[in-house]
Amino acid sequence: MTERRSHRFFDDAAWAVVAAACDRLIPPGDGHPGGRALGCADYIDGLLGAFGDDPPRIWAGGPFSGRAGGEAAFERFSTLSPLEELAWRTRIEGSRGRAEREWAGPVRGWQEVYLEGIAALGDDFCACGPEEQDRRLDAVPELRDLLYAHACEGAYGAPEYGGNRDGAGWAAIGFPGDVQPRGWTDAEVRGDA
Amino acid sequence: MPDHDCDVVVIGSGPGGAAAAHALTEAGRTVIVLEKGRNHLLAAEPPFAPLGRFSNDEIKFTRRYFLGPDPLLEPRTFRRDAADGEHLEIGEVNTVPSTVGGGGVHADGKLPRFRETDFRLRSELGAVDGAHLVDWPVGYDELEPFYTEAERLIGVAGDAAANPYASWRSGPFPMPPGPDMYVATLVTAAARRLGYHPYPAPTGANSVPYDGRPACNNCGFCAWYGCPIEAKGDPVVPLRRMLASGRGALRAQAHVTEVLIAPDGRSVRGVRYLDVDRQPHTVTARAVVLAAGAFETPRLLLRWGLGNPDIVGRFLMVHTQTLVLGFFRHRLHTHRGRSVTHLMDDPIVGDAASAAAAAEADLPALRGGVVEVGGAGGPVMEALALPPGPAHVEGMMRSHLRDRLAVLTMQGEDLPQATNRVDLDPRVRDVHGFPAGRVTYRPHRHELVTAEHWAPRLEAVLRKAGATGTFWVSSPPVPGHPNDRPGMRAPSSRHVMGTARMGRDPDGSVFDPWQRMWGLENLVCCDSSVFPTASGYGPTLTLVALAIRAARALASSL
Repeated sequence: MTERRSHRFFDDAAWAVVAAACDRLIPPGDGHPGGRALGCADYIDGLLGAFGDDPPRIWAGGPFSGRAGGEAAFERFSTLSPLEELAWRTRIEGSRGRAEREWAGPVRGWQEVYLEGIAALGDDFCACGPEEQDRRLDAVPELRDLLYAHACEGAYGAPEYGGNRDGAGWAAIGFPGDVQPRGWTDAEVRGDA
Repeated sequence: MPDHDCDVVVIGSGPGGAAAAHALTEAGRTVIVLEKGRNHLLAAEPPFAPLGRFSNDEIKFTRRYFLGPDPLLEPRTFRRDAADGEHLEIGEVNTVPSTVGGGGVHADGKLPRFRETDFRLRSELGAVDGAHLVDWPVGYDELEPFYTEAERLIGVAGDAAANPYASWRSGPFPMPPGPDMYVATLVTAAARRLGYHPYPAPTGANSVPYDGRPACNNCGFCAWYGCPIEAKGDPVVPLRRMLASGRGALRAQAHVTEVLIAPDGRSVRGVRYLDVDRQPHTVTARAVVLAAGAFETPRLLLRWGLGNPDIVGRFLMVHTQTLVLGFFRHRLHTHRGRSVTHLMDDPIVGDAASAAAAAEADLPALRGGVVEVGGAGGPVMEALALPPGPAHVEGMMRSHLRDRLAVLTMQGEDLPQATNRVDLDPRVRDVHGFPAGRVTYRPHRHELVTAEHWAPRLEAVLRKAGATGTFWVSSPPVPGHPNDRPGMRAPSSRHVMGTARMGRDPDGSVFDPWQRMWGLENLVCCDSSVFPTASGYGPTLTLVALAIRAARALASSL
């Protein structure tokens, strides 16, 4: 069982459902760890609970992660402007009837999509067999589509966002990840290996 | 007390606004640049150092709108024509970054010049049904010194002898080309065997240390990303020089809302803007440079009721992008290098086969576009293109959509049509309460015929290079193709042009040949809105050259 590392939004039961669902959308096998082991549920927990941290966990810092040299700065997340915070809170939390968030009409937030979708998947989702899990996911396409997009980000985005544990998502697919400030030599750019 | 806050206020800090601001301060004028986006590019205090926020981070740059605009805050809408109703889609449409540096930040810096014939399309082709072709009021020979200046300012690497179809140039590129990407070595060799003429792309990324900035180290996070090491020169160089002159100031998160018009209605006197706390400010100036980009510039003009009302917003051009994909057996490591290292002008120049296809379609020519030789995006983008489940894992492990994929992108010239336009959406509003900009766009028959002619020929290049399978799509889609479906119909190009064209005739244009608004001569446009036609090349170097020319003329008039 993958250990939970992010405790920002989901309760343990909801986190377990998300982790199990991520393993259906990105299943393990053939050398790929799968969405659960890659920590996709932690990535999503960090996103939905981004405003529990200051600065919020929206944009990782720069210029370097430390993986290819330089000082590790991705962990120091960037600040948001007031308008950027308004946008991201509206996107994540929803407009919730607040006039200042409804300039373009009501917005259904990702938190609501997740919580309603997880409820629809059922308390016994984790105990179901894979075919039943797939059937239930297909019955909540709004959650499934959002979850898949976030699972892809979590699996192959920078590990500082909470997913792609230890770079295992990149390692599985043969992607080197961020490479600054080392970069690539001219020979590595031109060569066939 | 001076009676103005500055000589010139510049709206927009992208390549056009930055080049204009630099030229104006170089000529001794004082400038305030207003940018509605944030400043992640350079410090406001000497030595105007990088801020260290650009990074190799696919989440931040491709999924979370770090460079703006956030489509929730500033939605855009799209429809093909009035039969689609008020709009078909709401969100991101032809979006170019809204940040200090504008489109220069996310572009991979391919900076070709236009060719001589691009400035006289009407003379070349004659009339074409449904299109409104015109010659430019400025020609290549007149613009050449400004192209040279723009290449030196930004720092463009290239090989003056490599492209047999290039127009004349007065000197070499400031730097030699950088290293060829492996995928380009395969594809260009195949293209040459088939009689085409690929060449190293003129690129605004340093191949050697230049002007105090380091050589590019080929990190691969180029298209869509800000450069973490400042190897891309556009537009950090002109902005830094403008600031260092002591005559220029940069105000980010300054959202221009109004332009101030003199009582006699014959000149502008400054602008009003909202700051980060949405508090209003006024900047008075002897002239205003409008460089908000070819989407926001007409949106502002329409809101203000300025400019020839029959023309403003019309003749939107975006390039029809034909994407030709080739699947390879082995890995191509397209994540190493400058996203694209080679171009090919053959579809622009045309040959007997393209001329025959044009004649068969009753068109004078197929204009085509430059072909960019490159690969796919990052692994998040790759993953999102795959279905969930076992196919995801199989696809990611094989990487036929990324590491085993070569992509040829033809930036097809689209002919100007009066019905293709930017206007104000009747319903959708941005966060400030202003009407969203709306794109109404349908490709001309010429663009569809051109895509269908060249795509199979480019597929043949990829097969010759070793691709085991090929596929192509265009954006906007050819009607009936697999991507002609909801969510895919808006053109994906970021090359936005033509929405406030310049010309010699005030009845047929918004700006005069020096990019001054007809009837409001101290309002000068320095972005690709002024382009009368699109050519088949990226617009940036040309709009920078034009901005230098227009700004220098403006400076001498003040």
